[in-house]
Amino acid sequence: MSIQARNITHIYSEGLPHESVALFDISFEIDDGEFVGIIGHTGSGKSTLLQHLNGLLKPKSGQIVVGGVDITAGKVSMIDIRRRTGLVFQYPEYQLFEESVAKDVAFGPQNLGLPPEEIESRVEEALQLVGLDYNEFKDKSPFDLSGGEKRKVAIAGVIAMKPEVLILDEPTAGLDPKAHRDILSMIENIHDHEKNITILVTHKMDDVARLADKILVMEDGRLVMNGTPEEIFSQKEALSGMGLSIPEPTELIIDCRECGMDLPADVLTIDQAEEALVAVLAK
Amino acid sequence: MLRDITLGQYYPGNSVIHRLDPRVKIIGTMVYIVALFVVHTFVGFAISFVALAAVIAVSKVPVKFILRGLKPIFFIILFTFVLNMFMYSGEVLVKIGFLQITKEGLYTAFFMATRLILLIIGSSLLTLATRPMSLTDGIESLLKPFSKIGLPAHELAMMMTIALRFIPTLLEETDKIMKAQQARGADFETGNIFKRAKHLIPILIPLFISAFRIAQDMAMAMEARCYRGGDNRTRMNVMKYSKIDGVACVILALFVGAAILERILI
Repeated sequence: MSIQARNITHIYSEGLPHESVALFDISFEIDDGEFVGIIGHTGSGKSTLLQHLNGLLKPKSGQIVVGGVDITAGKVSMIDIRRRTGLVFQYPEYQLFEESVAKDVAFGPQNLGLPPEEIESRVEEALQLVGLDYNEFKDKSPFDLSGGEKRKVAIAGVIAMKPEVLILDEPTAGLDPKAHRDILSMIENIHDHEKNITILVTHKMDDVARLADKILVMEDGRLVMNGTPEEIFSQKEALSGMGLSIPEPTELIIDCRECGMDLPADVLTIDQAEEALVAVLAK
Repeated sequence: MLRDITLGQYYPGNSVIHRLDPRVKIIGTMVYIVALFVVHTFVGFAISFVALAAVIAVSKVPVKFILRGLKPIFFIILFTFVLNMFMYSGEVLVKIGFLQITKEGLYTAFFMATRLILLIIGSSLLTLATRPMSLTDGIESLLKPFSKIGLPAHELAMMMTIALRFIPTLLEETDKIMKAQQARGADFETGNIFKRAKHLIPILIPLFISAFRIAQDMAMAMEARCYRGGDNRTRMNVMKYSKIDGVACVILALFVGAAILERILI
């Protein structure tokens, strides 16, 4: 399973006075099992791009191939695309509507037309994966849960469809630090468990630096950078020009290097920073 | 896509009509509607039509845009027309079974349909050439005298303003929820009417919850800024009558005069 996007362009409200180019000539490739981070500031076209990957929006021109199937072609089955790519929107808890958690998580699998036993086992599995106890939560109303729990239920609703590509649009926005950590380790966990492609949009550079194999940087509807975290975060100036930052550990190490300390340049995570600093200080 | 819907059908522009004081436009529209009922021959309608066409020309709102607004009520016009055509007794022109079309019926049908069309275009021009917010300001200002007898003019205008303000927000919210449910494989396009109605539940429940949440936040935000109704409130844009409003009133008076003359003379 891999994804190829070729020259995607999308225009909102085409032909009306307020038309705007949301995406311009975007091309990239994602290989099987990769964890991809997408960064870019608000309004750079990240969400629009994600919606193209699961067929909610169609590009004006260009082609998107998911697992060998051209999803921009006219006659492709939408349900088939959505089985392949699961999209978790921003603030997904606002999509909850059923009377119980189990029913809500089952909504997606039901739409896929699976048999009841299969649905039940998937619901149970999805809830366990997001770290909620099935027996404790299945009969609760989703509206009685805390913010973090609601979000987990909403994410479980997408995971239960067993997508080969899982896309998450700022899954930790508006959560407290603990819920933030929970959700991220859950995403990591699912990625390890399902071996799927995971695409994460976030404003937290520390998270992408730690998790992603590859990072796409968007600005004004264009894809301006595409590379490994090491490559991307070595361009501090270019990133800050776009209103983006580099991970805090990287920032710290750069400051130390400027003070004349002999440290490696490619530090991304707090663990690597610790290791590098200890090595230097021990000398 | 939902966001492409034209709302409140305001057509942005900077013509004389757009710049008129909203109060003049509201009163003018009301007078025009009354005048349409004062006139009683096609000569009167001709006068009204010329007046309306002149206003449309000055407002620079494309005719195509105005006619698009007529589409939803086309059925009502047709219904009125057909009903009037068959319901009058008089000189029979055509006879189909027990139904008959009379000369008088045909005349009335055309008469009523013309009146209805002029009425709708005339009043839609008000919303086409007036910003929704200045419209509510105008309504508030016009209702002010009635607050003496207990009419909550400011509150009514505030409610209208808030309702208008939230139409785009709720549309955006609907769009978002629909997409989220579609991403979970929901299908809104196929199936018979009952199936489709059932498919609306995953949209409507989150939408209602969102609407209440937004309303509550809004109320809280208003209260946090010490909002407490209309008394002694000043405004950012104070409405003032200008020269063009005077000219508009004179033209309006001439039109009313013509309508009354038509009634008396013909």
